[in-house]
Amino acid sequence: MSYQADFKVWRGDTDGGDLADYTVEVNEGEVLLDVIHRLQATQAPDLAVRWNCKAGKCGSCSAEVNGKPSLLCMTRMNTFVPEETVTVTPLRTFPVVRDLVTDVSFNYKKALQIPAFAPPKDLAPGEYRMAQVDVERSQEFRKCIECFLCQTVCHVVRDHDDNKTAFAGPRFLIRAAELDMHPLDARTDRAEFARDEQGIGMCNITKCCTEVCPEHIKITDNAIIPMKERVVDRKYDPLVWLGSKIGLRKS
Amino acid sequence: MATENGVDTAGRASITEPTLRTDRWWIAPLVTFLGLSAFVLYGLIRTATQTNYFVEGAGFSYLSPFASPCVTDSCLPGSSHFGTWFGKFPAMVPLAIVTLPFLLGFRLTCYYYRKAYYRAFWLSPPACAVPEPHGTYTGETRFPLIMQNAHRYFFFMAVIISLVNTYDAVKAFHGTEGFGFGLGNVVLVGNVLLLWSYTLGCHSCRHITAGRINHFSRHPVRYWLYQRASWLNGRHMQLAWTTLGTLVFTDAYIALVSSGTINDLRFIG
Amino acid sequence: MSSLEKHSYDVIVIGAGGAGLRAAIEAREQGLRVAILCKSLFGKAHTVMAEGGIAASMGNVNSKDSWQVHFCDSLRGGKFLNNPRMVELHAKEAPDRVWELETYGALFDRTKDGKISQRNFGGHEYPRLAHVGDRTGLELIRTFQQKIVSLQQDDLAEYGDAEARLKVFAELTVTELVKDGDVIAGAFGYYRETGAFVLFEAPAVILATGGIGKSFKVTSNSWEYTGDGHALALRAGANLINMEFVQFHPTGMVWPPSVKGILVTESVRGDGGILTNSEGKRFMFDYVPDVFVDQYAKTEAEGDRWYEDQENNKRPPELLPRDEVARAINSEVKAGRGSPHGGVFLDVSSRLSPEVIRKKLPAMYHQFKELADVDITATHFEVGPTCHYVMGGVEVDADTEGTAVPGLFACGEVSGGMHGANRLGGNSLSDLLVFGRRAGTGAAEYVAGLGDKRPSASEADLEAAGKAALEPFHADAQTRPAGSATPENPYTVHTELQQVMSDLVGIIRREGEISEALEKLKGLRVRAENAAVEGHRQFNPGWHLALDLRSMLDVSECIAKAALERQESRGGHTREDFPIMDPNWRSVNLICSLTPGTNDMVLTRKPVPTIPVELLSLFKRSELEKYLTPAELTVLDGPNSSSTVAGEQA
Repeated sequence: MSYQADFKVWRGDTDGGDLADYTVEVNEGEVLLDVIHRLQATQAPDLAVRWNCKAGKCGSCSAEVNGKPSLLCMTRMNTFVPEETVTVTPLRTFPVVRDLVTDVSFNYKKALQIPAFAPPKDLAPGEYRMAQVDVERSQEFRKCIECFLCQTVCHVVRDHDDNKTAFAGPRFLIRAAELDMHPLDARTDRAEFARDEQGIGMCNITKCCTEVCPEHIKITDNAIIPMKERVVDRKYDPLVWLGSKIGLRKS
Repeated sequence: MATENGVDTAGRASITEPTLRTDRWWIAPLVTFLGLSAFVLYGLIRTATQTNYFVEGAGFSYLSPFASPCVTDSCLPGSSHFGTWFGKFPAMVPLAIVTLPFLLGFRLTCYYYRKAYYRAFWLSPPACAVPEPHGTYTGETRFPLIMQNAHRYFFFMAVIISLVNTYDAVKAFHGTEGFGFGLGNVVLVGNVLLLWSYTLGCHSCRHITAGRINHFSRHPVRYWLYQRASWLNGRHMQLAWTTLGTLVFTDAYIALVSSGTINDLRFIG
Repeated sequence: MSSLEKHSYDVIVIGAGGAGLRAAIEAREQGLRVAILCKSLFGKAHTVMAEGGIAASMGNVNSKDSWQVHFCDSLRGGKFLNNPRMVELHAKEAPDRVWELETYGALFDRTKDGKISQRNFGGHEYPRLAHVGDRTGLELIRTFQQKIVSLQQDDLAEYGDAEARLKVFAELTVTELVKDGDVIAGAFGYYRETGAFVLFEAPAVILATGGIGKSFKVTSNSWEYTGDGHALALRAGANLINMEFVQFHPTGMVWPPSVKGILVTESVRGDGGILTNSEGKRFMFDYVPDVFVDQYAKTEAEGDRWYEDQENNKRPPELLPRDEVARAINSEVKAGRGSPHGGVFLDVSSRLSPEVIRKKLPAMYHQFKELADVDITATHFEVGPTCHYVMGGVEVDADTEGTAVPGLFACGEVSGGMHGANRLGGNSLSDLLVFGRRAGTGAAEYVAGLGDKRPSASEADLEAAGKAALEPFHADAQTRPAGSATPENPYTVHTELQQVMSDLVGIIRREGEISEALEKLKGLRVRAENAAVEGHRQFNPGWHLALDLRSMLDVSECIAKAALERQESRGGHTREDFPIMDPNWRSVNLICSLTPGTNDMVLTRKPVPTIPVELLSLFKRSELEKYLTPAELTVLDGPNSSSTVAGEQA
């Protein structure tokens, strides 16, 4: 059940590069990362690629396979026909470092900007009580493995580099939702932050982030849209605004 | 394609092709484009011609949702379920002028349709990891797209309109000589049920039921409603398309019966 | 090395897994300036792979649980070879460490009354593991990552610089610890991205580099697990203990290759999964060792009842400690009753409905469906032992995590002693929390004790470290060591090393094979020195592997030497030629160290710290008799023995 398959792998760095052709053995039950490793061990020892767990849990081996942002360890070779040439490139939204490795520091900068969880002042450690139904929404977002495929595929920054300052990207909009929906988070200005600092209004909910998420987090439906609605509550809904001014609503 | 500020930005991996996708990614936006265009075209023709939108018989009175509520003196006798509030309309003005803007607004600001037409009509983006043709992008942060935030108000109006449609569907069981039941009733009731499913599965509805609160456990009734809305919301795309289909089908069925092209299949009366 | 990039900190933490991050947070909160150095991107550490949960006797699900019970379970699991002080601290402090995580923003699964839910796990008497579905490790890493961001935001507000007191240097490999005389002076390494060298000067270095799995062929460990910390400690003059104890997780996937080695969490068995052989027999009932015979069900019917009613039934033997299950699977395969690809079958599909499986084991379901096209709700799958954890590691002081080298600390998997001969599931995450924090405190106290005296690195040492790191680029004939043959491909040497360790120092060991392994390791060491790499220093995996090979070889030699020396079978060390657990060996720790100034690995013996009598009295005497020598038991007969022991005897 082995066959020789053709691959095009982008080799290069900031000074330029190109798709290089390789022919590599593929065995039954393998994923693309297995093949990249074989390529490294037999033909291209200095081929740069990030990987860690090889189990779809750490989100390190993000790349673009036949043009689609994917995890190399979760791309099964049986999803291709043996005659197919598989093209592997680095993420095309972030600056390249070398070969399949890109500089993803954009994401760490965005992570640093979101105000951290604000623990409730009146509860000591061990006193937290939360119902399972109340934590489930935020738990969905905490499944995120930070592979940054959503950040890569999002056209807001992929196609408009200048938006990188104003827009935090899907990964950090789900972080915003996670904190805003946390039953015990003490901050109340997360929706305003999402609008003013994270640029949630830039998102036009075209859902590519949801499509590429390897954890199947419903990024758009469960995080971004609910956050947009919460922004409406605070910023665009005259009735809710009026209600809060005259003290009809607690939140 | 404008990629110099996108995938061709200095520092990113230099790759000649704007996209390396090998699948037929253009099919989905094309189908969306054709589907939505076809609906708009049909709607324009039907509202402009203003014919065959109402038909009445011994056991039925079918009013097309495209003309409901009919509140002008131009309306055919018996089609004005809520009285006539206006005089005669000039040609080309839709009979359902009171509700059409809101229905259109509801669908235009719908989170699903936004995705559909941003991709298919505005190509922003045409498909995932395929560059969009625009040089600059501000999303929904400025006028007019900032108005998308009014979706919940259109939702409230859509609920009222769905009530009107429901009334129409009930009224349809009554003709000049009393109660009856025919295929047209099935069509109208089916259409109304699906319209409700689409309307109540709206993201704003989901937010209003309980999405906006953080402690479901303290609001069991709202949480119950939220779960129902969420179930429908999971099928929002399918319902968005299905209801376009049933609206057209309902209108066309009534038009065909009204014009005498076909006879309504009668079960009772 | 005048152009060398230099940074100065109070504490350097090497490794950004759970232990490293907890240590860094603690040191920073104690007011020190801290740098975290990690080989991968921040947030990718191997801790994310931990599935089951964090063991802590909070008693949320069963209020009978207490630190004493947790202590006994851990010591029993470790076959009484553990450092008892570490086990005691661990059991006592774990609940506080878990609760603390909630204040950082962690969201555990909840009980009905809103507390942290706890699940059953092999070797734990009560439901004890705080968890988030089956992705607890990810939750832990993310929580710490976000806590660090939170501390950085505080610093941004206070100093205008987020990284003023806590900075993460990602994708950076440390190749050498530098010393000033006998004390630690910092760490030397290179940025993976550029290949440029960098020196971190600091009076305290905390090793938190994890394990050694990459020395074995089938492993659940990621590429980072090359034993760097173990090797750095050895070369700096610290000791490794208990290196012969390597845990093979019983249920790693053996087929297909895309998931080979990947774990199937113990929860699959905890929630009802059973192990069968090729004859369809539930074989674990045949493998309950005498020491456990009272705690486990004898029939399938009783074992099955336990899932519903744990008060009145004994648990099924599928939940025996990991070493027992791993050995049982190994025996079945050897007896010819294995599955097609050399494992046994694990089946949960015939035990639970697909909905329940997806709800209880979402990550498992998702992982195998997507990575391997295997649907665990519909079919059984092939599992077998996979190298998972090393119990042994750097010898540390139980309270401060300090090593034999002043200024050098170690915590997490890289440290040794806590888990004895075998680790219980769930005890590794709690280990990270408890001893990560203690290492942070230990380092802070050490630095405070130094006053203004700061050690500094010598120019000669830095030159040497830089030269050694560049060796793989100079594999041409002139610079190669005398007598060596052609340049070697580091990938090939690595593959052969893994083969040697798996075949000859694997789960079941024999004297002849271990000696053979030691011979082969010598040969591989020469070949590793000849490992040559192509290309340049910028993100060059071939070069990185060539350097990691040194660490793997050091660690492998320690494992083999200790495995040869210990003539008994205990926990993660099984000798076919010495199949019995011998109470005389219980009190012996094997210590591995380097003779200063040479590359000679020496093995010495050291007594296991004595278990204080008040802790010993927590056990029934009948149980202790299985582990301790009659002489060791006499302490219980003295005037200090507690009434419980007397009661048990009566």
